[in-house]
Amino acid sequence: MASIASSFIGIKSPNPFWLASAPPTDKEVNVVRAFRAGWGGVVWKTLGEDPPIVNVSSRYGAYSYQGARVAGLNNIELITDRPLEVNLREITAVKKQFPDRAMIVSLMVPCEEESWKRILGRVEETGADGIELNFGCPHGMSERGMGSAVGQVPEYVEMVTRWCKQHSRMPVIVKLTPNITNILGPARAAKRGGADAVSLINTIQSIMSVDLDLMAPTPTVDGKGTHGGYCGPAVKPIAMRMVAEIARDPECAGMAISGIGGVSTWRDAAEFMALGAGTVQVCTAAMTHGFRIVEDMADGLANWMEEKGHATLRSFQGAAIPNFVHWEDLNLNYKIIAEIDQDLCIKCGKCHIVCEDTSHQAIGALRVEGQRRYEVIDAECVGCNLCMHVCPVDGCITMVEHKTGLPPITWKEHPNNPMRRPLEATPAE
Amino acid sequence: MTMQSDVAAGRLSPDEYRRNFDLDATPPLTGRQAVIEANRCYFCYDAPCVEACPTGIDIPGFIRGIATGNVKGAAVTILEENVMGGMCARVCPTEILCEGACVRMAQEEKPVAIGLLQRFATDALFEAGGQPFARQPSTGRRVAVVGAGPAGLSCAHRLAMFGHEVTVFEARPKAGGLNEYGIAAYKAVGGFAQAEVDFILALGGISIEHKALGRDVSLGELRREYDAVFLGLGHNAVNALNVAGEDLSGIFDAVDFIARLRQEPDKSRLPIGRKVVVIGGGNTAIDAATQARRLGAEDVTMVYRRGPETMSATWAEVEWAQTNGVKIKHWAQPRRAIGHGGRVMEMEFEYTRLDDGGRLVGTGETFTILCDQVFKAIGQRFVPSPFDAAAGEVLELSREGRILVNEDRETSLKGVYAGGDCVPGADLTVSAVQDGKLAAHAIDRALRA
Ligand SMILES: Cc1cc2nc3c(=O)[nH]c(=O)nc-3n(C[C@H](O)[C@H](O)[C@H](O)COP(=O)(O)OP(=O)(O)OC[C@H]3O[C@@H](n4cnc5c(N)ncnc54)[C@H](O)[C@@H]3O)c2cc1C
Ligand SMILES: Cc1cc2nc3c(=O)[nH]c(=O)nc-3n(C[C@H](O)[C@H](O)[C@H](O)COP(=O)(O)O)c2cc1C
Ligand code: SF4
Repeated sequence: MASIASSFIGIKSPNPFWLASAPPTDKEVNVVRAFRAGWGGVVWKTLGEDPPIVNVSSRYGAYSYQGARVAGLNNIELITDRPLEVNLREITAVKKQFPDRAMIVSLMVPCEEESWKRILGRVEETGADGIELNFGCPHGMSERGMGSAVGQVPEYVEMVTRWCKQHSRMPVIVKLTPNITNILGPARAAKRGGADAVSLINTIQSIMSVDLDLMAPTPTVDGKGTHGGYCGPAVKPIAMRMVAEIARDPECAGMAISGIGGVSTWRDAAEFMALGAGTVQVCTAAMTHGFRIVEDMADGLANWMEEKGHATLRSFQGAAIPNFVHWEDLNLNYKIIAEIDQDLCIKCGKCHIVCEDTSHQAIGALRVEGQRRYEVIDAECVGCNLCMHVCPVDGCITMVEHKTGLPPITWKEHPNNPMRRPLEATPAE
Repeated sequence: MTMQSDVAAGRLSPDEYRRNFDLDATPPLTGRQAVIEANRCYFCYDAPCVEACPTGIDIPGFIRGIATGNVKGAAVTILEENVMGGMCARVCPTEILCEGACVRMAQEEKPVAIGLLQRFATDALFEAGGQPFARQPSTGRRVAVVGAGPAGLSCAHRLAMFGHEVTVFEARPKAGGLNEYGIAAYKAVGGFAQAEVDFILALGGISIEHKALGRDVSLGELRREYDAVFLGLGHNAVNALNVAGEDLSGIFDAVDFIARLRQEPDKSRLPIGRKVVVIGGGNTAIDAATQARRLGAEDVTMVYRRGPETMSATWAEVEWAQTNGVKIKHWAQPRRAIGHGGRVMEMEFEYTRLDDGGRLVGTGETFTILCDQVFKAIGQRFVPSPFDAAAGEVLELSREGRILVNEDRETSLKGVYAGGDCVPGADLTVSAVQDGKLAAHAIDRALRA
C-alpha cells in the first residue's frame, strides 16, 4: 500500500495535507476538530503582538461563477484578533494532545529584531514544530508595514528570515505573497536568509464584485468596501506557476516548498506536489465544505499513487519539473490536428462557431441530408485546442499528432528568429 | 352487483382540492436553480431547439440572459417570437419540441429544462409588471380577428404592434380560448390565462366584441367592413362514438367536463363518479382522466383503440396520468353503453387488432367496465357552420375538414387568413400562436403593399 506519510523539513505528519493559516486554524476548538477529522497538520492562524487587532463585520466576498457558489473567495480579515497568551496556551494544549500532527505557528510582528526575538521565544515554549513567517497578508497589515509590505521587498524578507533563524531553533517557513512581479525575488531572499522552506501563495489583492445598488466594492462594511485577498479554486493556476518557478530555480535548490492556493482535492495536491511541493495547505476548500474533505484527499491520493506505482510521496514529488520548460525550448515542428468523433458528436456546433469567429475557420458546418455535421478542415487547423476545450462531450474532439517528418526545432534555432543560434547542420543562406 | 350509480361532489378535503388543482404540477424554479439550469445550456451554434420550437424562440439567447442576470431581456426575447411564451412554458409538450431536440438529450437524456427557464423569465416580467412592447404609428387600417384563443390573440397583438386597429370577435364570455377553457387546471394555476390576456390587451389597439361569427356577424360583413380578416376559430365540434346508449345520462364530452372544471372556482362542488371511463388516447383524454382522479374518482380507466405507439398523448403525459393513478387499456373500442334508469352503468368494449392489411379490426371478444361516468375524448373537429355558403362564404377545406391555408396562412378567400386548430397541423397552443403571428406579418405586408 502506498504511504502518504510526510516528512517536510524534518516535520513529520501522517499526510501532506495541512490547513493553511486562516480561520479554520484560529482556535483550539477548530484545530482539534480538524485533527480528529484527519488533517496532517495546521499552520495556526497568524499571531501578532498585543493588543490584538480588531476585525470588521462583513468579511468575505465570494466569486460565484455560472451558479457555482464559491469559485473564489476573498476576505478582508486581519490576523488573529485574540490575545497572544490565549493562542499560545491553546497551541501548547493541542500539540500535546496530537503529538503526531504538524503544528506550525504563523507569525507577523513589526519589522524590528526585538519584536521577532520576543515572540519566537514564547512560541518555542509551546512545543510547536516550526514557524511560518506571514509576509503575505495583502490588506490591513501591509498598511502597517507588515505582511506583504515586507514580502514585496526581498531585502526585508532576507533580514527577518535571518533573525528568525538566529533567535530560534525551529524550522522556518517563509510564506510568500503573489502580489509581486517576480516571485523569485523574495524566494531567493528567503533562501539567502536561511529559510528551510517557502510556502505560497498567500492571497491575491482583489475586488470581488461591485454592488451596483450601493455603488461599492463587496464585501461592504457600512456602505464601503476595500480590496481583499483572493483565494480558492480560481487562484490555483497562478499559485502553481509560482511554485514551479521556484522549484526549477537553481538558486532556490534545496529549499522545500509548501504549496497553497485553491487546493480542494487529492488531484490538486498531486499536481502541486508534481511541481515540487512537499506538502500542501488548504483554506477555502475547508471553509466551503468543512473538514471532512480530507478523508477523500488522503484516500484518493493513496489510491492514485497505488495505481501509478508510487510507494512514497517522494517518488513523484517534482516529477513534472523537468518538463516545465521555457517557451523557447518547445518543439516548433510538432503538429496536432483536431479530430471529431462523429459518433459521439451531439451537434451543438460550439467547435464550429468558436473556431469560425475567433480562431482559424477550420471547422465546417455542414448539413448532410438535413442532418448537422461538423468537420475539421485539416489544412486550416493550427492545433490550438480551443474546440476540444469548448466541446461538451468528453473524448469527442481529440487532438491527434500529425507527423511532419521534420526534426525537432526550437525558437532558438528557428530561421524566423533574428537572434537565433545557428545550427551546425543549417546550410548557409 | 348493486345497480346504484355513485356520482358525488365533495369527495375530498379542502386541502386535497387545493393540492390537486391550485398548485403547479411542476413547481417553478427558484432564482438560483434557474441560474444553474441556465448554465447547463451549451449556447449552441445553429441550435436544434430553436428549430424545434414552432415559434422559433431564440432559446440559447434567452437562456444566456437568465444566466447573466438579464432576466427582463430574456423575457422580451421570448415574447417577441411568442407573445404567449408564459402559457407555452406551462403547457408545451417540450419533450417532443425544444427539449426533445436539446443536444443534451442526445448526450445524456437530460435536456436543459427550457420550459421551466422560459417560465422563470416570463413570470419575472409579469411580476414586475409593465409592457415591453410599443405600437408603431397608427396605419388607420382595421383588421377583424375571429376567436380570442391563442391564434387570434397572437395575431391581434402583432397587428396592433404594427399600428393596425384590431377588433376581436369572441363567442364565449371570456377571452383566451382553450387556455381559459381547456388547459388542465394544474398547468396554469393562479389565473394565469387571464393575466396573459390582460397583458396582451394592455398593448392597446385591440378591442374585444362578444359576438359569434355566423350568429351575430357574417364573414361577408367582416370582409366588407375590415381591411383583412383572421379566423382563429379552433375546433367547434366533437366526434361522437356512434354506439348504442351514447345518449344515456352520465356520458359527457371530455372538453365540456374540462371547461366546466376550469370555470368552477370551488372544485368541491364538482360531481364526479366513483368509477370513471375515459375513451380516447390524446391529451384531452389524459387531462380528463387525470383531473377526474384529482376530483376524487376511485377508479379511472382510459381505453384506447390502438397501441401505445400511436397515442397522440406524449410519453410524458402518459406517465403523468399513470403517476396520478389512471389505468390505461390499449387495443379496445367501445361497443355500447349499458344503462339502468337512463343512467350509464357499464361500458362494453371489443378487443381490437390490426389485420394483415394494417387496418384496425375488432376481434369479436368483448369485456365490460363498470362505471358511473364516461368521458368521450376521441377527437374534436372544425365544421364550417359559421359560414353562409349561399352568401359565397366558401373556404376550401382539407379532407378532414380543416380550413386550407398557404404559407402565409391565407385561405382560398382573398384577405381572409386562418390559423390554429381550425387549420391543418398540430393542435398545440404554440402552433396556434405561430399561425397568428405569421398571418399578422402577411396581413401587414398586404396592407402596406
Ligand atoms: C383539453 C385540452 C387540453 C389541451 N392541452 C394542451 C396542452 O397541454 N398543451 C398544448 O400545447 N395544447 C393543448 N391543447 C390544445 C390547445 O389548447 C389548442 O391547440 C389551442 O388552444 C388552439 O388555439 P386556437 O386559438 O386555434 O383555438 P381555441 O383555443 O379553441 O380558441 C378559439 C376561440 O375562438 C372562439 N370561437 C370559436 N368559434 C367562434 C365563432 N363562430 N365566433 C366567435 N368566436 C368563436 C372560441 O370561443 C375560442 O375562444 C389542449 C386542448 C384541449 C381541448
Ligand atoms: C478568511 C481568510 C483569512 C486568512 N488569514 C490568513 C492569515 O492570518 N495568515 C496567513 O498567512 N494567511 C491567511 N489567509 C490566506 C490562506 O492561508 C491561504 O494562503 C490562501 O487562502 C490560499 O489558499 P486557499 O486557496 O486554499 O484558500 C487567509 C485566508 C482567508 C480566506
Ligand atoms: S484546434 Fe483550434 S484551429 Fe484546430 S479546429 Fe480546433 S479550434 Fe480550430
